[in-house]
Amino acid sequence: MTATVTNPEVDKSATGGTSRGTGGARRRLPRIPDRIRQGGLPYLLLLPAVLLELLIHIVPMVIGIVMSFRQLTQFFINNWGAAPWIGLDNYRIAVDFDAPIGEALLHSFFVTCVFTFFSVGLAWLLGTAAAILLQESFRGRGILRAIFLVPYALPVYAAVITWAFMFQRDNGLINHVLHDQLGITDEPSFWLIGDNSIYTLIIVSVWKGWPFAFLMLMAGLQNIPRELYEAASIDGAGIWQQIRKITLPSLRPVNQVLVLVLFLWTFNDFNTPYVLFGKSAPESADLISIHIYQSSFVTWNFGTGSAMSVLLLLFLLLVTAVYLILTSRGRKGADV
Amino acid sequence: MRHLRAASAITLAIAITVAATGCGGGTGDTGSNESPKTLTYWASNQGPSIEADKEILTPELKKFEKETGIKVKLEVVPWADLLNRILAATASGQGPDVLNIGNTWSASLQATGALLPWDEKNFEAIGGRDRFVDSAVASAGKEGEPPAAVPLYSLAYALYYNKKMFAEAGVDGPPATWDDLVATGKKISKGGKWGLGAEGGNLSNNIHQTFVLGQQHGADFFDKDGKATFTSDGAVAAVKQYIDFMAKDKIIAPGNAEYAQNQSLTDFAKGKTAMVLWQAAASTFAAQGMKPEDWGAAPVPVPSGTGKQVNSMVAGINIAVFKNTKNIDGAKKFVKFMTSDEEQKHLNKTYGSIPPVKEAQADAAFGAPDLKVLRDTLSTSAAPLPQVPNESQFETAVGTAVKELWADAAAGRPVTEASVKARLEKAQQSMQQ
Repeated sequence: MTATVTNPEVDKSATGGTSRGTGGARRRLPRIPDRIRQGGLPYLLLLPAVLLELLIHIVPMVIGIVMSFRQLTQFFINNWGAAPWIGLDNYRIAVDFDAPIGEALLHSFFVTCVFTFFSVGLAWLLGTAAAILLQESFRGRGILRAIFLVPYALPVYAAVITWAFMFQRDNGLINHVLHDQLGITDEPSFWLIGDNSIYTLIIVSVWKGWPFAFLMLMAGLQNIPRELYEAASIDGAGIWQQIRKITLPSLRPVNQVLVLVLFLWTFNDFNTPYVLFGKSAPESADLISIHIYQSSFVTWNFGTGSAMSVLLLLFLLLVTAVYLILTSRGRKGADV
Repeated sequence: MRHLRAASAITLAIAITVAATGCGGGTGDTGSNESPKTLTYWASNQGPSIEADKEILTPELKKFEKETGIKVKLEVVPWADLLNRILAATASGQGPDVLNIGNTWSASLQATGALLPWDEKNFEAIGGRDRFVDSAVASAGKEGEPPAAVPLYSLAYALYYNKKMFAEAGVDGPPATWDDLVATGKKISKGGKWGLGAEGGNLSNNIHQTFVLGQQHGADFFDKDGKATFTSDGAVAAVKQYIDFMAKDKIIAPGNAEYAQNQSLTDFAKGKTAMVLWQAAASTFAAQGMKPEDWGAAPVPVPSGTGKQVNSMVAGINIAVFKNTKNIDGAKKFVKFMTSDEEQKHLNKTYGSIPPVKEAQADAAFGAPDLKVLRDTLSTSAAPLPQVPNESQFETAVGTAVKELWADAAAGRPVTEASVKARLEKAQQSMQQ
């Protein structure tokens, strides 16, 4: 900043000096109001990002919220300004847990909570374990790091469709190993329909999500001074004590963000269930993203779908706020 | 800063106003001729691939351009995306001029008001409504209202059977009734081979099959007012009969419960499954290495005794025009071209479907044994799926219920009248009237 922001007085004399004989183009420069040059430049530079943010995030979100108050069914999608305002009716339908639509939404919410808990938990656990194991330098560490990151680098669709093939009952690799080779199951199991679907979903989600945890934690581990471990070792601390007393507390700021991001991504995940199960997921794996998609696009009832989306947004905002307050308090306490 | 704040406030206000007033939605106007020299056409994927479709359609579009001077910009849209693309086009008003739609979507799309209604005047512009087979026109919109589209390619279900597997099991010919089919299936279903194939994970296919069985049991799934009647005795019996082919009769392999990518046709071609109920499967069998003499086609079985003799839905593809087109006359000319006798013969021959245009249907090429079965079924014993605005919801709700029942059957859980009724009850309750 110091290199680019110049003293106005100096600037004036400089431009005045060079403008002679070079036409009017340079003479216009001093006309930029001082206060913009001084204080407004950062805002000016931010403007494209703000406009795009408005266009890509805020406007659709506002439209979604407006839609949730209207009876936007197939009869009005061609001219949705004409869709009747129905106040909170869409919300009432969505949260009437005694009626089938609300009951199904609640079931979907619980399924998503269970899925998110296991998916985030296992992804974090695997990521932490792998990052700690690869903390020490050894031959082949670079190759292992690269291999571990492959799921993160693969396009989601290509990766999940491969899993879908592997989980097929009759021709899939999973049953070939579990049933044909190892004889663990009496009958080939179904993984893409019925009660096992939730396990399928968690396995694929963890496989897809843990490399991100690994990457973040690996970066976090670089900041822990080696001396701490050496000192602990001299004091007789074992590996578990070092992990508990040095590694994990040092990784706390990274984990605070990592767990939140993993939670938000996993709770909202649409690609994994959609590619695995299509537009109608089995009951045991009926994640809320697919459920809302079905309530909007498949049944053409965009009003109710939007109300469900707004409820999801509010829930995620609430969880995020509570999480940040709790973890910040904890951190402040720890800092003191 | 004050200016910036004001600018931000104005932008947000515009955004909110846009949202509140619903700007960006379709205009619902009645078309114009502002761009008389161009048309955009969304074709559905009818051939083996998108590229193949482009190769098939491009020369025809050139022919149309030569005749009328109108250049047609073609996009072939995969089936998985087509309905969502149409919905987005309907909502934004930014769609093609002419498009193909699955005929079962006709009434649902008609309710949006985005498609040009084919009243007598518009039908006259393409040669008259009488040129088309009645059952095909009936599947283009709600009864009593001008159709929302014009039939383009017609299809019907047939029973395809593997001749070699039949001979090995000592079965003389294709079954004519469901009792025969079960008996035949039981003879064949042993040693890793199975009598019948199904696509349990394919919601549309589930609906097509259960709708026909429902018709045979006297169930329509909707009453005259368009209200869902999924739990009628006939509907429950129809769904149970279909699932029982796996649960009770054991003539469908359990793995079929998760099929949704036409794996049942692969099983058929590999000699693992002896029969499938399908629409125009000849080209797929050929692609899987089967010779025409390896398989036969027969009408879909009907109940023994006195059931209603409907044995297929009226399947097919319709061609529609977006009402807000900027080339309304050109769009009608294009529909006329695509439904002309000559084009109908050529395109339907290429795609293995049946022309919904009477004159073209009489062509000898459509008298081949397998196509004759489809043609006769269409003209004598096919019924259109319910032409109600929430047909799309019906396909999802009941299709999913049937999919879940397949999962129950495959897992060995009992499938009873009560369990079928419970699933259908849940589907019915999820319909927002």
